Amino acid sequence: MSEDIRQARQTNGKANTRRFCQARWDEPVIFELSTPGERGILVPEVEQDLAASVGDVLGTIPETLRRQEAPHLPEMSQVHVLRHYLRLSQGNLGADLNIDVGQGTCTMKHNPKVNDQLARLPEISEVHPLQDEETVQGILEIYYRLERILQEISGLDKFTFQPGAGSQAIYANASIVRAYHASRGQADRRDEIITTIFSHPSDAACPRVAGFKVITLYPDEDGYPDLEAVKAAISERTAALMIANPEDTGIFNPRIADFVRLVHEAGGLCAYDQANANGILGITRAGDAGFDLCQFNLHKTFGTPHGSGGPAVGATGVTEALARFLPVPVVEFDGRKYHLDYDRPESIGKIRQFYGVAPVVLKAYAWVMSLGADGLREAAEIAVLNNNYLLKKVLEIPGASAPYAQGKRRIEQVRYSWQDLTEETGVTSEDIGLRVADFGAHYWTSHHPFIVPEPMTLEPTESYSKADLDEYAAILARVAEEARSDPDMVKTAPHNSTVHRVTDHRYFEDPAFWAITWRAYLRKHGRKA
Amino acid sequence: MKKPIVYPIIPNSVPSVKADMLREVGAGSPEDFYADIPEELRLKRPMHLPEPLLSEYALRRHVREILARNTTCEDYLNFLGAGCYQHYVPAVCDEVNSRSEFLTAYAGEPYEDHGRFQALFEYTSMMAELLEMDVVSVTMYDGFQAAATALRMAARMTGRQQALIAGTIGRDNLSKICDYCKSDIEIRLVPHDPKTGLMDLGSLRSALSERTAAVCFENPSYLGFLESQAGEIASLAHGQGAECIVSVDPLSLGIVAPPSAYGADIVCGDIQPFGMHMQFGGGHAGFIATRDEQRYVMEYPTRLFGLAPTRVPGEFGFGDVAYERTSFAVREQGKEWVGTAAALWGITAGVYMALMGPQGFVEIGEGILQRSHYAAQRLGAIPGVRAPLLQSPYFKELVVNFDGTRKTVAEINRGLLGRRIFGGKDLSREFPEMGQSALFCVTEVHTKADLDRLAEALQEVLR
Repeated sequence: MSEDIRQARQTNGKANTRRFCQARWDEPVIFELSTPGERGILVPEVEQDLAASVGDVLGTIPETLRRQEAPHLPEMSQVHVLRHYLRLSQGNLGADLNIDVGQGTCTMKHNPKVNDQLARLPEISEVHPLQDEETVQGILEIYYRLERILQEISGLDKFTFQPGAGSQAIYANASIVRAYHASRGQADRRDEIITTIFSHPSDAACPRVAGFKVITLYPDEDGYPDLEAVKAAISERTAALMIANPEDTGIFNPRIADFVRLVHEAGGLCAYDQANANGILGITRAGDAGFDLCQFNLHKTFGTPHGSGGPAVGATGVTEALARFLPVPVVEFDGRKYHLDYDRPESIGKIRQFYGVAPVVLKAYAWVMSLGADGLREAAEIAVLNNNYLLKKVLEIPGASAPYAQGKRRIEQVRYSWQDLTEETGVTSEDIGLRVADFGAHYWTSHHPFIVPEPMTLEPTESYSKADLDEYAAILARVAEEARSDPDMVKTAPHNSTVHRVTDHRYFEDPAFWAITWRAYLRKHGRKA
Repeated sequence: MKKPIVYPIIPNSVPSVKADMLREVGAGSPEDFYADIPEELRLKRPMHLPEPLLSEYALRRHVREILARNTTCEDYLNFLGAGCYQHYVPAVCDEVNSRSEFLTAYAGEPYEDHGRFQALFEYTSMMAELLEMDVVSVTMYDGFQAAATALRMAARMTGRQQALIAGTIGRDNLSKICDYCKSDIEIRLVPHDPKTGLMDLGSLRSALSERTAAVCFENPSYLGFLESQAGEIASLAHGQGAECIVSVDPLSLGIVAPPSAYGADIVCGDIQPFGMHMQFGGGHAGFIATRDEQRYVMEYPTRLFGLAPTRVPGEFGFGDVAYERTSFAVREQGKEWVGTAAALWGITAGVYMALMGPQGFVEIGEGILQRSHYAAQRLGAIPGVRAPLLQSPYFKELVVNFDGTRKTVAEINRGLLGRRIFGGKDLSREFPEMGQSALFCVTEVHTKADLDRLAEALQEVLR
């Protein structure tokens, strides 16, 4: 007897756990698809009279700089290239295809297709960044309009969209902090950055690159950033506080204004990592809490697709007092024309080529315009409602817990712990995550270090329905149940993904084994596989 | 009372559903969830934002109306390059990077996101063949970031704190490098021969010391010429125990030797030419490549995807190589930082390389060389115009000097614009010593007729 599919399919409004099976094409590595002589595309030919007029141009390249042998790339017809990549795409679970609440801190939300369509128009895709300003008034206007919108959302005064993601924006903020203190003759004295362990790793790593020492605060017993700890950390060496709020635990720091006040009193600046801003749009603002700098991740909060890991934009905002340090150029409007202002002698310079990822700026603008002020607030409130709903569902699963802030509400995400389940069954959070993949969903543990033992971070944004959340909770409940009844099933997962678990970690840690490219693989391991 | 809006992108904005869920979690209103946010930090008014365009139609119309104020390189003939290049984008590149599965994915595990891992592994593997190096990073933000990180890698490896960079580097690129290296590395520019653009080896010799972490140059350079002394520069760097870093246009590698062939240790660059539309500068992604030696691998800040066997005999899986070096693993103790960068462009570049194949790269390289030399012939024949200004071999860009015309580049470009042509990038502020010069870029998209039209338009403008 085969099982009744209604136990898996959503039936009568009740969510179940699907009999998911990811495409498994046994697709070779692309080099193995090569057939000598095949062509994927032909390049435009040079006219004969042009060729005749210039003669032997290859001869102009000195012998030592001439490539001796054509590169060993695969030779494939167009249909084979396309088919290969489409098959690979089927082994990839984009947010469009799944209830993507398991990728906590990443704010996976629906990316409206119309925005992608707009960004593919030639009026942006075929525009060169160095064209005369007269010919790019449209895209400059988009930049200017989105900047105005972010000023209102953040309460800060001036933005740049140049940084290529949240981390590069955090770096830009650290560089601005450095320039600010240097402008006051305090470059050498102000060399410490304070952050918290539940702020993104980049809040520690990026200021380090800018030359700062990093002091990391740990939470108090309730999981809140520790006010006494910050008091102890602040000194005349403090350059800035760089901190996420809400933190990656989904807990809002209610004493944030005190943190800011204390750092300001000591002469430091305060940078607000707003990567987790999705639940607070229209609710509370960086500027009102006294922050001098902030960054929003447009590919998270502002609904642009994540692109398998970029391209992205880290929108960086500062107060009027710090605007002179922003990277060049900034977009200005004289009431008639938009222009790019490079004449900013105190600028930190360039952070990224040209003006950032323009199509992402465009998509974020379109996303905000589809919602307006009421819609943004609705998005925030529903994201938080969804999170607290899922919190309730998850806590009904034996073995799951949500450490810290007991009995309190969370903002847009929760860092859970499976410690009880692990102690009982030996099944870890990582095992659970790989088994969740068998039901067609993502799952993420958390950033390191695992302060919360056996962590799981869920962020159900406004894009998911009640039934979606019920389904995700049902998957977790089923996997937790399996951890007790059939732990091997979980520990050997995934079973229904495109590929199975890698068990030989020498390939990731041992230089004699690791193969970061196909040619390295062939050199080290031959074709024996 | 205003009728509540049900937002198509917010399923639970249905009022009854929202009410049910609030009841289920025991909340009176969404306000309950914000109890931790102190009253004085609450925004007690609606945000002042533009009125929304609730229908998709209205939104699309609004954005199109704004974008209509742009002029494109399809409307006008374009000769701008300087880091962002108009190459033809094969249709399959757009097809693959428009797929939801790749476009909307993020950071899944190598199992349910196997496709992303394999596609990026293949991207680095094909880059490795072009570059003839065994380790290639997954994508970084852009070529500027790649160059800046390459310098930091070299400084960490050598324990030294000075970098010597060819003086012909683009000033935006230099600005990025100086900011990024400010706290640890002294950046010094090496003078070049104004006639050829080539690095002055005498100056390099005297600048090199046991303090030098790296010697860095571009090939082809920002100014378009090929650095024909590449091998000697690498030898000089190695003679002082410094790393040789070369930034390369990967599109040149069908005909130009990969930097590894003349002694480069760390190779970097930007893959925008590989299937990314210009997008007003939004199509960039950087790469770094090295030999497969542990001392190099351990200095990469990016993730590195390695191939590995799985539980099933013969099956290939993927995972992170040497993860402990990253900021994801050890925060500020990691190498610089790792985070979201430009993965979709890496996948796209993989598609591009697979479509082009070895023959495509050879043909596009030679075709560009022919066109750029034809452009030089035509422009150089115009009285008062020197093209190329620099007496060195070049690939797709060349400096054109207008000092003999008694017109500024700005004036000339305005004249060209009136004739629906985007002229070359004005270099007069960036490299004032070259006078009124512009950097013209010629690629496979230009026909002979296009180049003739440019020459004729220039003649008119200069008349």
